Amino acid sequence: MRLTKLFMAGAAALTLFAAQPAVTVNAETLRFAFQGDANSMDPYNLNETFTLGFLGNIYEGLIRRNANLEIEPALAESWEIVEPTRWRFHLRKGVKFHDGTPFTADDVLFSADRVRADGSDLKTRLSADTKVVKVDDYTVDFITPKPNPILIAEWETFYIMSKKWAEKYGAVKPQQATGNEENYATRHANGTGPFKLVSREIDVKTVLEANPDWWGNATKKTNVTRVEFQPISQDATRVAALLSGELDMAYPIPVQDQKRVNANPGTKVIVGPELRTIFLGMDEYRDELLYSNVKGKNPFKDKRVRQAFYQAINIEAIKKKVMRGLSNPSAMMVAPGINGWSDKYKRLPYDPKKAKALLAEAGYPNGFEVGMDCPNDRYVNDEAICQAVVSMLAKVGVKVNLLAQPKAKYFKKVLAPNFDTSFYLIGWTPSSLDALNVLYNLLNCYDPKTGRGKFNLGRYCNPEVDKLTDQILVETDQEKRNALINKAWDLTLGDIATLPLHQQALSWGVRDNVSLKQRADNVFLIREVVIKK
Amino acid sequence: MLSQSRFADSLRRFFDSDIWYSFKSSRVTVAAAIVTAVMILTAIFSPWIAPQNPFDPASLDLMDAFTPPVWYEDGVPKYLLGTDDQGRDMLSALMYGARISIFVGFVAVLVSMLIGVTLGVIAGYVGGAVDALIMRIADIQFTFPAILVALLVDGIMRGILPKEVHDDLVLVVIILALGVSGWPQFARTVRGSTLVEKNKEYVLAARVIGLKRSTIMLSHVLPNVLGPVLVIGTINLAIAILGEATLSFLGVGVPPTEPSLGTLIRIGNDFLFSGEWWIVIFPGLTLALLVLSVNLLGDWLRDALNPKLR
Amino acid sequence: MLAFVLRRLVQSLLVMFFVALLAFSMFRFLGDPIAQMVGQDTSLQERERLRVELGLNDPVPVQFARYVAGVLKGEFGISYRIGRPVDELIAERLPATLELSFVAALFALLAGIPMGVYTGLYPDRWLSKVLLSLSLMGIALPTFLIGILLILIFGVNLGLLPTFGRGEVVHIGFWSTGFLTISGLKSLIMPAITLGMFQLALIMRLVRSEMLEVLRTDFIKFARARGLSNRAVYFGHALKNTLVPVITITGLQIGSIIAFAIITESVFQWPGMGLLFIQAIQFVDIPVMSTYLILIAFFFVVINLTVDLLYYAVDPRLRVHGGAGGK
Repeated sequence: MRLTKLFMAGAAALTLFAAQPAVTVNAETLRFAFQGDANSMDPYNLNETFTLGFLGNIYEGLIRRNANLEIEPALAESWEIVEPTRWRFHLRKGVKFHDGTPFTADDVLFSADRVRADGSDLKTRLSADTKVVKVDDYTVDFITPKPNPILIAEWETFYIMSKKWAEKYGAVKPQQATGNEENYATRHANGTGPFKLVSREIDVKTVLEANPDWWGNATKKTNVTRVEFQPISQDATRVAALLSGELDMAYPIPVQDQKRVNANPGTKVIVGPELRTIFLGMDEYRDELLYSNVKGKNPFKDKRVRQAFYQAINIEAIKKKVMRGLSNPSAMMVAPGINGWSDKYKRLPYDPKKAKALLAEAGYPNGFEVGMDCPNDRYVNDEAICQAVVSMLAKVGVKVNLLAQPKAKYFKKVLAPNFDTSFYLIGWTPSSLDALNVLYNLLNCYDPKTGRGKFNLGRYCNPEVDKLTDQILVETDQEKRNALINKAWDLTLGDIATLPLHQQALSWGVRDNVSLKQRADNVFLIREVVIKK
Repeated sequence: MLSQSRFADSLRRFFDSDIWYSFKSSRVTVAAAIVTAVMILTAIFSPWIAPQNPFDPASLDLMDAFTPPVWYEDGVPKYLLGTDDQGRDMLSALMYGARISIFVGFVAVLVSMLIGVTLGVIAGYVGGAVDALIMRIADIQFTFPAILVALLVDGIMRGILPKEVHDDLVLVVIILALGVSGWPQFARTVRGSTLVEKNKEYVLAARVIGLKRSTIMLSHVLPNVLGPVLVIGTINLAIAILGEATLSFLGVGVPPTEPSLGTLIRIGNDFLFSGEWWIVIFPGLTLALLVLSVNLLGDWLRDALNPKLR
Repeated sequence: MLAFVLRRLVQSLLVMFFVALLAFSMFRFLGDPIAQMVGQDTSLQERERLRVELGLNDPVPVQFARYVAGVLKGEFGISYRIGRPVDELIAERLPATLELSFVAALFALLAGIPMGVYTGLYPDRWLSKVLLSLSLMGIALPTFLIGILLILIFGVNLGLLPTFGRGEVVHIGFWSTGFLTISGLKSLIMPAITLGMFQLALIMRLVRSEMLEVLRTDFIKFARARGLSNRAVYFGHALKNTLVPVITITGLQIGSIIAFAIITESVFQWPGMGLLFIQAIQFVDIPVMSTYLILIAFFFVVINLTVDLLYYAVDPRLRVHGGAGGK
C-alpha cells in the first residue's frame, strides 16, 4: 500500500519533471538575489531594511516613498493636518487585498493596534499614546498628544494588513518569540501591493506574481510579471551567479568586484550614494578607559586627542584603496539626502604632523595604547577600514589593538547596557531620514530610562545638544527646525563628539536589459523595474 | 673527550642505520625534508630576514595596497611578490604568517595526537566500561565543530584569567581549542587498530611471558598502530592551520593586523574575482607546499619506523 | 549482540544529554541574539523585555532545564531568526544535506579506494605520484577556495553547471529530492566534489598506507606462495586487511560530512542543515543550534555503532573477545 503511494508520488514527480521545460523563463521574470533572506513575511516582525523593503512589494502603507525618497500617496489618497495634533487621512477607495476583501478604515485601525501589540518590532511607527479614530469607512484620524511634524516620516513601512484575514487565520498579533507555534503571517502574506506572494521557502526561494487587481496598474512602470528571489549569502557566489546569467539582479556587489562585473558582457554595476554614515566613536564617559595603558585618566575626554585621531586618518586613502572609490567621505553624521544635512560643514584636513603635535600638547608625546572594536561582517569592508585606521594611528604613535568580530559578538560587547569598548566603528542610517533621529540616538546624553542616546556608545554628553533636540522634536516650522538642527551640528562637530568617516556606496549588479531605480536607502523597488526584450 | 667520542659514535651509528639509509635512498623524501626545513627556518628567522615587519602597522602604507608582483608592469622591486589589501609586503607577510601557522599547526596536531593515541590505546586494550566511557566522550566531542570548542575555551579562559594576560594567551587558546577538538579521530582509529593487534600472537606471547600491561601497550601495541596515526596527523596539519584562520575571523584568534597564513588566505579570497590573485595564491601555495612535504616525510617515517617492514 | 546494541543506545541518550548541556554553556560566548532580533530603533525596554521573555538572563542550568523540559514534551522551540518551529525547519533541510553527503561520500569512496589500491600496489609509478600530490593539494587548499574556483571555472567561464542552489527539487512526501531532475543532478556535482575532496584524499592515503604494509607481511607472501593469483591476493587478502582503519575513518568522515558540510553548503548556497546552522551561529539562534547539535550527536552515535558492528563483520578475530566496546 505504502509502496504504491510512493511509486505514484514518484511517477507524479517524473511527469512534473517532464513538464518542466514548458515553463520557460520569459522575459518578464525577474530573478534577483540579496545576501540574506527576509526574516518573516509578517511586516511587523523585524524593523530591518531588507525585510521591510522586500515586503513593500506585497504590502503597502498609507503613504509610500518614490525612487527619490519623496513621500507619495499610497493607500491614503490625501491627508491634511486638521489641527497640530490631529492628522486626517482620506483612504483610497476600491482597493482590494490579494484575497479579494476590500480595504477600509477598519483595516487601518486594526493595523494600528497590531503594530503596537506585543511581539511587534515596529512600535516606533506609532506611539502608544496616539489615538486612531475612524471617521467613516474611508476616513481615519490620528490624534497625537503633542504636535509631531514627522509623524508619517516612517510610515512607508507601516504596512496595512487585512483585519478579516488576520482574524480568520489567527494572526491578530505578531509572532511571539517563545512557545512552539508558528504565526500564520510568518509565511503567508495578504497585502494590497503590486505583487502577490506565490510561494515561500525560507533561505531558498520566494516567488511573487504581479497583482492583476492592483490599484496602481493603470500607471505602473514595471513589466515584471513574476519575481524569483533567492538569497545568496557568500559574496563570491552571488557575483558568480550574476556573471553566469542565472540572475537578473544581485546586491550588494563587493566594491572590489565592480570591475569584473562591468567587464563581463551583459552585466554592469550601478552605484550610488547610500544614506548610512560610518563613523568611529570613543569612550568619553569613563574616568579610565577599559582598554588602554593610560591609567587614572581617560585621554578621550580631551578634545585635542579626539582631534588628533580625526586628523591622523587619511580618509581619501581609505576611499581609494579600501572602498575602491565607492565611498563619500563625510564631515557630518548624516548623509546628503537626510533632512538636516548641510554642505557648510567640511572635514578637518588629514594632517599627521598636526595630530602628533595635538597628542603631545595633550600630554601624550609618545602616544598611547588603546583597544579597538570592529565588526567584520556588518558594513562594506569594515575590517579592512579598521585595519587601515590602526596603521594610520600607528604613524602618529598610537598603538591600537584591534579586535574584529562577527556582528553578534561585536554588538553584544559594545551596545547598551555593556558599552564594553574604548574605541569602535559603527554605522547608522536614520530610519526617519531626518537628523533628529541621529541627534537623539547617537549624540544625546545616555539615559537608560527614556532610551535617549542608546546608540551613543561613547556616552558623549553635552546638555546643550539635548536641549536643542527637545526643541527640534516639537518645532513644526521647517525653517526654524532646520536652524535648530544646524545649531546642534555646530556644537557636536565643534566638540568632535565622534569621528565621521564616510557614506558607503550602494552597489547593485544588474543585467544590461534590466532598468531600475536605485534608492539611497538600499531598498529595491520592483515596481520601478523594466526588463527589455 | 669521552662524551665527544660517544657523540661521534652515536652519530656514526645513526648514519650507519637503516633509517638513514632509507632516507638517503629516497630522493623525494630528501627533497621534502629540505623544503620543510627551509620553511621552518624561514619562519623562525623571519624577523631578521624579512624585508618588512608586516605586523608593525606603522610600517604599512595603505597607498601601496594591491601592488602586483614585481614582474608586472606596475610592480616595484620593493615588493617582490606584491602587496595585500593593506599594503603589506606579501613576501614578508608570508614569512611572518607561516611562523604563526606552522607553530600553531604542529603543536595543535601534536596535542590531539597525544590525547587521542593515549586514550585510543587504553580504550582498545582495556575495553569494557573504560572503553565505553572514552568512546562516548569522543562522540560528544565529535559533535562540536572546532569553532564552537574554541569559543568555549576562549570564553572560559577569559572568564578565569585577568584581562592583562589575555593577549599573551591567544596562541594557547587557539592551540588548546584546535588540539582538543581534533583528538577523537585519532582515538577511534587507534582503538580500532588496537582491537586487531591485541589478539595477535605476539601480544598473547608477551602476555604469557608475564609482561606488564603498560609495557605491552607501549612497546608492542603502540608501534603497530602508528601507521594510520601518521596519515591522519600529517593531513590534519592543514586543517589546523586553516582552522586557526576561522578562529581569527571569530575574534578568538590572532588579530587581523597580525595575519597568519590561514588569515592571509581568508582575506585573499575576497580578491579572487577582482584580479588581485597574488593575495590568495601565494599563501595558498605556501600552505600546499608545506602540507605536501610534511605528508611525504610522514609517509617515509611511517615506513621507516614500522617494525613489520624491517 | 542485542544487549550490546541496546546498551549502546542507552549510552547514546546520555551522549545527547551532555551535548545539549555543553552546547548551552557555550552559546553565551557566541554573542547576543537580541541585537539581531530587533531593529535599531527598538527601545532598551523592549530589548530587555524580549531578553527576559526568552529567558536569556537566567543562569545556564535554568535555560538548559527549560530546553530539556520542552524537548521531553516534543517541543524544540521556535527559531529566533525565522519564527518557525525548529524541528520542522530541520526536517525540511535534512534531505538536502543527506543527499549531498551521500553523493560526496560515494565519490570519496569510489574514487579514493581504487586510487589508494593503485598507489599502494605501484608506489613508484609516476601516476601514483601525481595522484598523491593532487590529493594533497585538495587537502591543503581551503574548501572555500576550491568551491569558488570550481564555480569560477565550471559555472562562470564554461557555463556548464549552476553556480548555486539545488536546482529543481521534487517533493515525495516529506522528502525533497534533487535526484529526479536534470538541474537537480547538475547542481549536485560541484558541491559533492568540493565536500568529498578531503575525504577522498584521506581515504586514498589510508588505503595506500595500509596496502603497502600488508603487502609486505608474511601472510601475503604465503598467499603468493600458495600460487594464488595477484587479483585474489590483492583484493581477497590485502585489501580486506586494510579495512579496519579505513572503515573507522570512513565512518567518522561520513559523520563529519553530514555535520560539517557547513562551508560547502554556504559557498554553494545549498539549502541544507549546514547552511541553517551557520546562519544560526551568526544570529545566535539558540533553539536551532541546540537541536542541530543534538541531532548531529545522534548521527555520530549511530555511525560509530555501525562501525563497531562492521568490525565484527570484516575481522573475524575481533569476535573472539567481543572487544568492540562491550563484552
